[in-house]
Amino acid sequence: MLDDVLFVAFPYLAFITAVWVGIYRFRNDRFSYSTQSSQFLENRMLSWGSAPWHYAILTILMAHFVALVVPSIWASVISAPVRLYTLEVTGMSLALMAIFALCVLVYRRLTTHRVRTVTTPADWLLLALLLAQVVLGFWVSLFFRWGADWYLHTTVPWVVSLVKFQPDAATVTTLPWVVKLHILGGFAIIGVFPFTRLVHAVIWPITYLWRPHQVVIWNRKLTGTGRKAAQ
Amino acid sequence: MDIRAQVSMVFHLDKCIGCHTCSVACKNIWTDREGVEYQWWNNVETKPGTGYPTLWENQDEYKGGWEAEDGRLQLKLQSKIGTLGNIFYNRRLPTVNDYYEPWTYDYEHLFNAPEGDDQPTARPISLITGEFMEIESGPNWDDDLGGSPVYASNDPNVGSLTDEERAQLNEIERVMFFYLPRICNHCINPGCVAACPAGAAYKRGEDGIVLVNQDKCRAWRMCISGCPYKKVYYNWSTGKSEKCVLCFPRLESGQAPACFHSCVGRIRYLGVLLYDADRIEEVASSPESELVEAQRGIIQDPFDPEVIAAAKANGVTDGMLQAAKHSPVYKFVKEWKLALPLHPEFRTVPMLYYVPPMLPVLAKMKDGKYDVADAEAEGLKPQLTSLENARAPLAYMANLFSAGNEEIVTEVYRKLIAVRVYKRAEKVGDISQEEAQEALALGNMTAEEAEAIFRLTALPSFEERFVVPPLAREVAIEQIESPYDRKREGGFGSRTAPGRRW
Repeated sequence: MLDDVLFVAFPYLAFITAVWVGIYRFRNDRFSYSTQSSQFLENRMLSWGSAPWHYAILTILMAHFVALVVPSIWASVISAPVRLYTLEVTGMSLALMAIFALCVLVYRRLTTHRVRTVTTPADWLLLALLLAQVVLGFWVSLFFRWGADWYLHTTVPWVVSLVKFQPDAATVTTLPWVVKLHILGGFAIIGVFPFTRLVHAVIWPITYLWRPHQVVIWNRKLTGTGRKAAQ
Repeated sequence: MDIRAQVSMVFHLDKCIGCHTCSVACKNIWTDREGVEYQWWNNVETKPGTGYPTLWENQDEYKGGWEAEDGRLQLKLQSKIGTLGNIFYNRRLPTVNDYYEPWTYDYEHLFNAPEGDDQPTARPISLITGEFMEIESGPNWDDDLGGSPVYASNDPNVGSLTDEERAQLNEIERVMFFYLPRICNHCINPGCVAACPAGAAYKRGEDGIVLVNQDKCRAWRMCISGCPYKKVYYNWSTGKSEKCVLCFPRLESGQAPACFHSCVGRIRYLGVLLYDADRIEEVASSPESELVEAQRGIIQDPFDPEVIAAAKANGVTDGMLQAAKHSPVYKFVKEWKLALPLHPEFRTVPMLYYVPPMLPVLAKMKDGKYDVADAEAEGLKPQLTSLENARAPLAYMANLFSAGNEEIVTEVYRKLIAVRVYKRAEKVGDISQEEAQEALALGNMTAEEAEAIFRLTALPSFEERFVVPPLAREVAIEQIESPYDRKREGGFGSRTAPGRRW
């Protein structure tokens, strides 16, 4: 029963909240749909926190995601022991990097008065969740070897079953409690995402790559010759 | 030809008295809020000096503006891919310490202090943290050359001067400074717009005003680095970039911007320029010494029928064209070639032009006395600044206003001197007509032109200084929404208060 609540109801709930509130906030309060940079108030510590954190966590998330979406390719990648070791060691170093960077960010927010004045309770909640999540993840990779492999046979089928609306939590309910916590933490973060500054994770300014440098906006689009479309 | 209209500006530096009335007018209207207390969309700097934010002109550090390598125009900051790579940490962002920490005073203590032997004091309180603080800098820390050995000597424009020229700046009897009021230049090749990954910064097509859409801004802060003039600011409270809006709500109702309107020295002129948008890239990537001339070239003659036809085809309104014909900016920049862009080498093609300052009468120290006659004996007329012996090194002015091209600055000064000599000969009569004619010839101008420059410089009416075109916002938005409904609901602007609720 508890397993059903935690590994079936909770993920659905978190996901629905994320989508629903995320869309609501985008439509009704687009102004707030970003993170709130505090680099202007504190620069030096941030350079040791923000960039390494983002690069490390994005790479780790990417690995989680690739294994989830194309498990067969992932399986063939890790079939050679050398590649498996490399992957695991890389993952652990990135996790260490993420933990270090996140600690810097927490320390920065705690000790810099200027930054603390722009910090909300939601920010602290988010930081706590993220820190717990990366520490748990590192713990799992350290004490439950070859997660790159068993992840494919436990978490992946479970998530696939959720996506197919044929929830089957059997493969994850038998996992050690640390792993379970890591899984639940992930969905907790998805659940709080739309209420916090984490919304910036879905704002990708990717169109910048192909838009012209200059943005000119006309109130009136004239059809006459000579007028270039608002480039 | 792709003719567009641009609301542009001229600041006549000879008339600026450095009173900061413009800054205060602006602050009272726009930046009297939490998060923007430190922002001065209009600020007045003393030159030589380091400015606000400190050393903003130093693009080796800030990487603002553009660079043209092999004629190819690129943001100095980073490539587009580089922008996304650096999006988690902006290495070129000025922090609050580069501006100053805003403060108020503990005024209440003056009333509440217990009785004692000493007068109570109002200690400064940080407007960011709310704690007591020590004031270490301000928006005009080096005003009137205060602490100039520390500040003015760091001025990036002083860097390339010879030792002799530097000595000239510091020599006590010849020490010189002038004021440089700055607002957003509303460039036609803006670095802030180009650097914004979110596409929030934009230029209005109809009038060329550069704005930041607060709902689209995602706090990447690249605009602040991309602007070489550091005229986009970060609101630390809302997490959005804000900048000078050229008081567009005032312009739209036919009024001059607040800083223009309040200017005590009447140094500011506002008018429309027509320019050819097809040539922006070509102009911005010109060789450095030709930048000013290229920028003059992109400005089109509002009386030319071909230009008028092209402008009309582009939807430039009749009212706008009419304003362009009376534009004082066109006269100063294009007709008389007196007003120059600030730091054209940043390649943003700024649309705010400056008439460089003539500096006051030069005298010599003789036997411990300040002796004007002695200067005259050396051929320096006391009522004029001889260009060759000008107080301000021409190289310094050239670094500011013509990307180092001294010829251009010299031409401007010859004209300014000619106007002065001509009017002196006419009104006071202590200069011979021959000398006046000689000065006019040197300035390459006619007596009529000198007269016209004098009139627009010294005696212009309010309407001559500010030729505000009818922006007709209510007509412009009618395709998007009903102006009648919108007007009744609450003006044409944003209807939600800026603030983060999540």
